[in-house]
Amino acid sequence: MAQVQLKNLEKVYNKTNKVVHGIDLDIKDGEFMVLVGPSGCAKSTTLRMIAGLEDITGGDVIIGDERVNDLSPSKRQIAMVFQNYALYPHMKVRGNLSFGLRIAGRPKAEIAAAVDKVAEILEIEPLLDRLPKQLSGGQAQRVALGRALIKNPGVFLFDEPLSNLDAKLRASMRVRITDLHRQLKAEGSSPTVIYVTHDQTEAMTMGDRICVMQAGHIMQVATPKELYNAPANLFVAGFIGTPEMNLVEGAMEGGEFIMGSQRLALGSDLAGRLSSQPGSAVLGIRPQQFSLVSEGPALQAKLVNAEFMGHEVYMHADCEGHRLVSVVGAAEFEARGQSDVIRLRPDPKTLHVFDKSDGRNVSLHGGSIAA
Amino acid sequence: MTDMTLPKTAARTADEAAAAKRARMDLISAVVRYSLLFGVGFLMLYPLIWLVGASFKTNSEIFAGAGFLPESPTLEGYVQGWQTSTPYTFGRFFWNSFLIILPKVIGTAISCTMVAYAFARFEFPFKKILFGSVIAVLLLPNVVTRIPQYILFRDLGWLDSFLPLWVPSALAGDAFFVFMLVQFLRSLPTDMEEAARVDGANSLQTLIFIVVPMLGPALVSVCLFQFMWTMNDFLGPLIYISSVDKYPVSLALKLSIDTTEAFEWNRILAMSVLTITPALVVFFAAQRYFIEGISAGGRKG
Repeated sequence: MAQVQLKNLEKVYNKTNKVVHGIDLDIKDGEFMVLVGPSGCAKSTTLRMIAGLEDITGGDVIIGDERVNDLSPSKRQIAMVFQNYALYPHMKVRGNLSFGLRIAGRPKAEIAAAVDKVAEILEIEPLLDRLPKQLSGGQAQRVALGRALIKNPGVFLFDEPLSNLDAKLRASMRVRITDLHRQLKAEGSSPTVIYVTHDQTEAMTMGDRICVMQAGHIMQVATPKELYNAPANLFVAGFIGTPEMNLVEGAMEGGEFIMGSQRLALGSDLAGRLSSQPGSAVLGIRPQQFSLVSEGPALQAKLVNAEFMGHEVYMHADCEGHRLVSVVGAAEFEARGQSDVIRLRPDPKTLHVFDKSDGRNVSLHGGSIAA
Repeated sequence: MTDMTLPKTAARTADEAAAAKRARMDLISAVVRYSLLFGVGFLMLYPLIWLVGASFKTNSEIFAGAGFLPESPTLEGYVQGWQTSTPYTFGRFFWNSFLIILPKVIGTAISCTMVAYAFARFEFPFKKILFGSVIAVLLLPNVVTRIPQYILFRDLGWLDSFLPLWVPSALAGDAFFVFMLVQFLRSLPTDMEEAARVDGANSLQTLIFIVVPMLGPALVSVCLFQFMWTMNDFLGPLIYISSVDKYPVSLALKLSIDTTEAFEWNRILAMSVLTITPALVVFFAAQRYFIEGISAGGRKG
């Protein structure tokens, strides 16, 4: 129903403390955009500026075709779901849902119909006459969701809505929210969603696109698949994926990566994309891209610890002073992982090479490494 | 079979004996604790109990002993005290007290809430200096402002009316209440107010529909304190009110001491009992809200 554009958006607290450093972001109409980053990366501040709960120091927020910098939150066609639900404690669920419509002075019959419809969608009809303190966390979050839904807004803003729930409930609410978005899209209202979280699982599973932020800067905006397969820089590479990507410092020389006494051939494909000049670099290998081999070219490492996860094993190994984490199948581990020294062969197609000085992923588009 | 059950029975009786001993110790400790509490409580309440008892005594009996039970209970003190030595009954003075208290409490609740809301939630120029002066007023002894205030109200022509008692409170003149509400508001999460803003409520609507209900317990305390302080206030009415027909009960009590040569103590004590009754009733009625506290405000995971 509305696209959202951030243009050179800045936030400065107390005139000196700059927390958002001029970010640009285009969010398409009907898109599910996730803002993700470690705590303190200003993702919530950005969301609150879009909502109008925080003053904008510089730049513009455009919702639909309108610059909304100076509009009050209620005039921005937005609805927001807060981390701790923010239900009005003295009103029953029905009162919480209908508060916005009552303030707007809508007719009673219309309000009642809207409440019933939302309650049905979220399956909270039995809760309508309860007070917020009589609800469980999951129920309270559904009511908070309903309060946003009833406004039929152009843009939904979620501020870490699931972080107060336990893991199981979080997983089911995750699906419920994405289902709801799909359902609304199918009905033709297609609301835009901006969803803030610090949890990369939520980001990867829910987002159409993900905006990874760090310290008030956007590190990369891409689809989950792109982020995983082609991280633009060291930060994104380390942030997305569990267990984390192995990032090993070393040197590039003639299509080989040198770490300590070991050399790893990068494969002609990757080597061809990189310029030939030597230099120090950071090699990124996903733990899932290792295979355990008994012979042939591979990194030799000392097995330090093995975590049994059921169908797979997380192996922690020491390779030339670097801790390498690899994920291998349980059967593979049984067959070849029992010795002290293991041989790990990464899939050369999935290797990433990062410039050590600025963190760029130079293996993506054929870049050169600063000498 | 018997060999098996015997030790069990023995163990059980030993257990039972231990349990019985524990129960006996619990009982003794409870008796000691409650006797002590009752004793100290009685000691502290004794003056009040004596006051009530003495109000039913005859004048000659009051100073005859320290016991509180009247030998021949009489309502004479109440009947004659109610008539007073003025053309008015004590009912008139209660009505005057009520006329002072009600607008004052309502004015305090409204004005202090608005001022506290502004200080706690908004940014405006000179906020720090202004809040500093509120605290400064709080620390200032009341007597310092008596004379300037008196001159001000005299020049406004408000002497011998209730206005000097009402107006300062209706303009959030009681810095203590402002401070108390600001502190309470600061402890409340702002999320609900933000949600209300997103829902389309303006500042005043947010205050009335969201903040005031959450402030409930604190507001009850404010009203209760203001009620008791005004009920007990002697100096304020003494300074500003000169006609007897406008006297509140606190002044009327002193009236009965002034005008009689031989003090009719039973009348004074009887009226004192009546005077403290409203405060006690209101306190016990509002106690529940006191205790209910802020548990209704905000909810966690």
